[in-house]
Amino acid sequence: MAFITRGFGSRGGQRDGRLPPGQTQVSDWPVLSAGATPQVQTQDWQFTVATETGQHRWGWNDFRELGMEDFSVDIHCVTHWSRLAMAWRGVPLDAVFENIDTSYGFVMAHSYGGYTTNIALDELLDGQAWIAFEADGKPLEPEHGGPARLVVPHLYFWKSAKWVTGLSMMSHDAPGFWEERGYNLHGNPWTEERYS
Amino acid sequence: MIGRPSWYVATVMAIAEETANANRITLEVPGWPGNDAGQHLDVRLTAPDGYQASRSYSIASAGPSTKVELAVDKIPTGEVSPFLVDILMRRDQLEVRGPLGGWFIWQPPTNTTDARRPVQLIAGGSGIVPFISMIRSHQAAADSTVFRLLYAVRAPDDVFYKHELEQAQQGRAPLHVHFIYSRRTPPGWAVPHGRLTRDVLAAAAIPPGQHPRLFVCGSTGFTEQALSWLSELGYDTTDTRAERFGGS
Repeated sequence: MAFITRGFGSRGGQRDGRLPPGQTQVSDWPVLSAGATPQVQTQDWQFTVATETGQHRWGWNDFRELGMEDFSVDIHCVTHWSRLAMAWRGVPLDAVFENIDTSYGFVMAHSYGGYTTNIALDELLDGQAWIAFEADGKPLEPEHGGPARLVVPHLYFWKSAKWVTGLSMMSHDAPGFWEERGYNLHGNPWTEERYS
Repeated sequence: MIGRPSWYVATVMAIAEETANANRITLEVPGWPGNDAGQHLDVRLTAPDGYQASRSYSIASAGPSTKVELAVDKIPTGEVSPFLVDILMRRDQLEVRGPLGGWFIWQPPTNTTDARRPVQLIAGGSGIVPFISMIRSHQAAADSTVFRLLYAVRAPDDVFYKHELEQAQQGRAPLHVHFIYSRRTPPGWAVPHGRLTRDVLAAAAIPPGQHPRLFVCGSTGFTEQALSWLSELGYDTTDTRAERFGGS
């Protein structure tokens, strides 16, 4: 591209290869939510997976007993910030789907407060996604999606639904909250799938 | 609003000092499809070596015009806002993509049920910008929806669009602005300076019984605090629209 803005210079130094195009590294953790922050008590928290044949339901303790693991990932928000090598702890979705049979290939994640977002099932398995309970060594704060949020680090972070409470299997892909309002159906940060 | 947002080359038509720390930037954006009140855009700057930096900014203007107005507050440790405030000049060019955002928007109601529901806007600092576009749309439509703006700001010199807000309160659409000064008040101001509190919010905002539509925009801390107070005060916050900034 030949376009240049007069007077604008790069700050020098190597750009970190872990940063997708259009992203800037931050060391703090900005908050983006569409509305109010739901306050969910852990004793009330439930997680449901709904398939074409029925529902699987867990409470707080049962779900965590599926097996927590530590993981370190980079996260990329569509509003141009990224955090690198962020420490998390949660249950991999592989463990959640271990005893679930479904022929459907798409998932709608549902949150307390009504938020939804769509993801293909094969982008949630094989170590690509977690239900996270801790970040930076502490329980997740409500403003960051606590007590539990989805984390799908290879997609823009609006896909990592805060306050997650369930997944519904879908036979076909369908847009969630932001996807209905102009965001990309898929959201790959490396190809800048920001908007539809 | 409309289809896929594209990148446009924007030319700076005017720059004016908004406050000691912020500039109002008027862009001419050929091909811009217009925008709803409350939407934002991405600004992309490209250096001669190909390095690029992008940030999102709320749009202060609304409607079909290809003239797009921003008001940018300088974050001293930032990368893009110091450039936009200190270095950008008239006739410079940059790239913008938009309009973006289909949730934090206000449109003049087309049916009378919506029109009866008043609108409470709550701004912290430069969080005022999307509300300027909403107030402009509201005034331009001479819409009868009751608007109240609660605007928390450090000092009188930090108020964005001061003159326009004064005029809009005498304008064609009903608007009341309530200022909260956290560090310094204007001379002769009836209440001492201080941060927004739950009691001040309760006294200044449209009461919960009127079921206002709520919009909150400010730093993350400001927005989270205002939202939790609104909830404690009995407001129905299920369809509250919030925009938080900060971090980068």
